Amino acid sequence: MSTKIRIKSLNGWFGEKQVLKDINLDIEENSITAIIGPSGCGKTTLIRCINRMHEVTPGARVEGSVLLDEQDIYKEDPVKVRERIGMVFQRPNPFPTMSVLENAVAGLKLKGIRNRKLLAEKAEEVIKAVGLWDEVKNELNKPGTSLSGGQQQRLCIARALAVEPEVLLMDEPASALDPVSTMRLEDLIYELKKEYTIVIVTHNMQQAARVSDYTAFLYMGELIEYSNTKELFERPKNDLTERYISGRFG
Amino acid sequence: MEKFRIFTAVFALSLTALAMLLLTQLIISSLPVMETFGFRFVIESVWDPVKEVFGALPFIYGTLVTSFIALLIAVPLSIGAAVFLTQYISPKLSYVLSFLIEIIAAIPSVVIGLWGIFVLIPFIREEVGPFLIEYLGFIPVFQGPVYGPSILTGALILTIMIVPIITSMTKDAINTVPILQREGMIALGATRWEVITKVTLPYARPGIIGGVMLGLGRAIGETMAITMVIGNAPEIPASLLAPGDTLASVIANQFSEATSALHESALIELGLILFIITIVINICARLILRREVARG
Repeated sequence: MSTKIRIKSLNGWFGEKQVLKDINLDIEENSITAIIGPSGCGKTTLIRCINRMHEVTPGARVEGSVLLDEQDIYKEDPVKVRERIGMVFQRPNPFPTMSVLENAVAGLKLKGIRNRKLLAEKAEEVIKAVGLWDEVKNELNKPGTSLSGGQQQRLCIARALAVEPEVLLMDEPASALDPVSTMRLEDLIYELKKEYTIVIVTHNMQQAARVSDYTAFLYMGELIEYSNTKELFERPKNDLTERYISGRFG
Repeated sequence: MEKFRIFTAVFALSLTALAMLLLTQLIISSLPVMETFGFRFVIESVWDPVKEVFGALPFIYGTLVTSFIALLIAVPLSIGAAVFLTQYISPKLSYVLSFLIEIIAAIPSVVIGLWGIFVLIPFIREEVGPFLIEYLGFIPVFQGPVYGPSILTGALILTIMIVPIITSMTKDAINTVPILQREGMIALGATRWEVITKVTLPYARPGIIGGVMLGLGRAIGETMAITMVIGNAPEIPASLLAPGDTLASVIANQFSEATSALHESALIELGLILFIITIVINICARLILRREVARG
């Protein structure tokens, strides 16, 4: 295994408030890394720094570096970075003015691909990859928002996969889903790590324990502990981690 | 509870009754002209109060053409302005600029009309008209001579009056687009421009259409400013640079001088036509919006 993403001395601010304090984190290729921590600990900000989505938020500012295959993403074109590092959000956000099929290939159209046959093939491929094909194959021309919440979120993952990223960032992807949809999503995430490097933010510790290979515990903007998931949950080294995973605060 | 229900019902019904009464009154007062001219009234293009020959076509033409041209210019201008104000500058600067644009809407119509007479008409006569004739004169709609007051002048005045409405409605519509929608597109590797054209504007479309319809309604019913610059000629000119007239303008101009009952009745029927045009536009707007909402 090799390191896919290397986060080096990352500090982040919202206006005057420092929300990330000297984060150093190496993320393994083809693995699932979970970032856990209480609300407001900076985990969403951290994951958004990995594909420069934080730049969309007014007043957000970052120092330090994030290396993808040892290349600093802050020295590259953000549009290109986001083609290599896809993202799935807290709530499903399919585009209501596009059909299921158009949603799946929205990113490919951005790249200038216009061939309808090619787009349809790619759409089928990624919708199959997220296990949604049998459910939506007769509804491909309906609006993306006509699907159920769990289906919408899987469609959003398909949409991210279509661009053929190397890394997939997931910011609490199951937080708006029911338990059954959550289970299916977790199975899917587990399946996807064969081909992608996955970073997932979650406030659900069981979820982190179930799906991830590595877990990072963040508290008040600081990385408190980072190790493989089994070890972190069974033998936490830090007292704060121990108290958090045993549910004594959070 | 029951008392309150009756109480409010009286208000609601009296307003509906008022609308009905207005329509009935317009129809009754138009009857003399309807009996004399029948359907010919709307397809006849001669308007001669002295000979008591009345045809509404020049005014219908003037109203529709000026409003259409105004929309043609105002819609891209307003959408462009709204995109700039919401997407490219700081909220503070946007607030100041938006305020300045909205001030235009607060200027009394007659003041805009005065500005039209003293600034726009000379500008059309000396600059725009000669330019259009020289470079686009091969198109019949841009042929001379140019006096200044014209269909085009009227359309430009309307443009100025509806731009603030459409800009402000478009801005509001754009501001309702959820940030998560825009981020979804950004995360796929979209540039700022792609986010605007592929997510923001499509999502805001029903609201933008609503704003355009509101602007159109305003343009069609506008009276004072356009009356002052359109030239008030009851004709259907081939050229946009020639004077014309609109339904609202001719009513405002001639009603106080209408001496015969038939003339008065003809003016009222013009009002009825104006009323019907605005109702049709409103119904169209609602149908479009319903379809849009169902689609989204």
